Amino acid sequence: MSVATNGVGRIAAAFEGHGKRAALMPYLMGGFPDLDGSALAGEAAVDAGADLIELGVPFSDPLADGPVIHAAGTAALAAGATPHGVLRVCERLSARVPVVLMVYANLVLASGAEAFALRAASAGAAGLIVPDLPYDEGDELRGAFDAEGLALVPLVAPTTAADRTSEIAALARGFVYAVSLAGTTGERDNLAPGVADTVERIRAAAGLPVAVGFGISSGQQVRAVAEVADGVIVGSRIVRAAGDGGPDEVRRVVSELAQALGDRW
Amino acid sequence: MSAPTVERRFGPYGGRYVPETLIPALDELERGWVAARTDPAFLDELGALLRDFVGRPSPLYLAGRLSELTGAEVYLKREDLIHTGAHKINNAVGQALLARRMGKRRVIAETGAGQHGVATATACALLGLECLVYMGTEDMRRQRPNVDRMKLLGAEVSPVEAGARTLKEAVSAAIRDWVANADNTHYVIGSAVGPAPYPALVRDLQRVIGDEARAQLLEAAGELPGRVIACVGGGSNAIGTFSAFLDDAEVELIGVEAAGEGLSTPRHSAPLTTGARGILHGALSAVLQDEEGQIVEAHSVSAGLDYPGSGPEHAQLRDSGRVRYVGVPDEAALAAFRRVSKLEGIIPALEPAHALAWLMANHGGGIDLLTLSGRGDKDLAEVLGT
Repeated sequence: MSVATNGVGRIAAAFEGHGKRAALMPYLMGGFPDLDGSALAGEAAVDAGADLIELGVPFSDPLADGPVIHAAGTAALAAGATPHGVLRVCERLSARVPVVLMVYANLVLASGAEAFALRAASAGAAGLIVPDLPYDEGDELRGAFDAEGLALVPLVAPTTAADRTSEIAALARGFVYAVSLAGTTGERDNLAPGVADTVERIRAAAGLPVAVGFGISSGQQVRAVAEVADGVIVGSRIVRAAGDGGPDEVRRVVSELAQALGDRW
Repeated sequence: MSAPTVERRFGPYGGRYVPETLIPALDELERGWVAARTDPAFLDELGALLRDFVGRPSPLYLAGRLSELTGAEVYLKREDLIHTGAHKINNAVGQALLARRMGKRRVIAETGAGQHGVATATACALLGLECLVYMGTEDMRRQRPNVDRMKLLGAEVSPVEAGARTLKEAVSAAIRDWVANADNTHYVIGSAVGPAPYPALVRDLQRVIGDEARAQLLEAAGELPGRVIACVGGGSNAIGTFSAFLDDAEVELIGVEAAGEGLSTPRHSAPLTTGARGILHGALSAVLQDEEGQIVEAHSVSAGLDYPGSGPEHAQLRDSGRVRYVGVPDEAALAAFRRVSKLEGIIPALEPAHALAWLMANHGGGIDLLTLSGRGDKDLAEVLGT
């Protein structure tokens, strides 16, 4: 990996240097099943070919998440996970790959945007996804994250209009997260039909990599995403693996997905 | 209902803290409401339904024995006498009518005590809309008759198993449904909470309480009240009442929250009295949370007040000092429930029983207006079981 000085730079380098059809970004719930278990699962994912890790910070009321990730968050909280504890997991994983935190807005607000940005940057985080913070509510956080070189990665949904997509893209940092379907996180059998359109709309507006997530779990789906996007995010499937079989199962699933992404043409 | 725009913020509070997928639906709803509330045909239809179906205007009643007890003239705004027995129907009929106008044939709602669910099921039956109500399984157990009522009215009740299985989780489940189905679905939020434009929309639809009461009181007493008192959970009956009096600087406004087992304990539902600034269900407002920002469970003997958040406009009115927010514990509300039943021949819902308890403990001596937001039949099992 090239030497990048801050989070934004590390993300850019990861999207350039992965050597696959698309960068593979597994999602893990921090603190699930416990803090050490989630760190081991993350390390297993990196061993198996993850190029970046998306690390969830458990929240009591996760509006954007489906049943699997919600349940994992609830279990993590019950096991005593805190944002501070998850940042320690982030510290371990960020030694290997860029880590993007998925954190709900109230957890950032509770400690203050600047303080949270400082803590995240100290823990080696490269960026943050705040799923309940549309870009037009994000000025304060964006300022605080920019000051620490952290990427505030925005989401664009299939429902997002073209002019709004342009506005979001203009303020995007790191990459743009294309939501594959109108719904919450969770595995679906098929790739949503509009994904290519959503990615195209973002590409037309943004000079950044586009990664697709929500509803993606199989090798076939990640290959299909790689046809159109720069990165693919797999969440509930990995979280389910972490819960069912721990790091070994995570290693097996991620390795399967990495193989599906194969080498570049 | 005459302002040209719908507020997205109330001072620093409010906003739209929701997944990006929902933004177009919120934009559409905002445009829909701005257009509907100035459309004479819509307002005529709503007015006729409120009159003939809901039973408005609700009476303003000078409660003789309560007045004697407190040494004041106590006027009760009788929302307990309207259809379905609580103020929730004002909002449900308005939003269902709006949903139909916007071409949404499917309606979803959340409910805690079941009053808003029943009101929404009622409005959907009235207008021939498909209706699904999310309800925590703990609340379903506590409020069995309302579950039966909703089903009888043709609604589907979807049990929510997450968390404490109460209102907070039901709201989350409804928002998730809406994220996936916004193209054909309208979400009827039951209180003045949630992302913009809901706090303003619900307030506008509940303002009929305050507008009626103000006019009725001027006619009955020839003057404005010294104090206006209403209970506050999410705060829809209170904001509907207060909004008609905000410009009357001489009128004192008092919002009564549920202090549960006491404000010094963690078991209460009084975010405006005690809570910090936080984001819950799409809005920045006063929220019960721990030091990390995790939302904590609320507690109140009254299911309708058992919610860790509050409407963003209330948070602004608290900061500005225009409204004073106070807490009344379970015990005092239960005592008021029994006392007022015997004293006035009116069994109040446990929610306004909090406001009545405050009134009986804090005599004003002038004219008091209290919104009796619903009737207490639904609470008999809860009260007689304790």
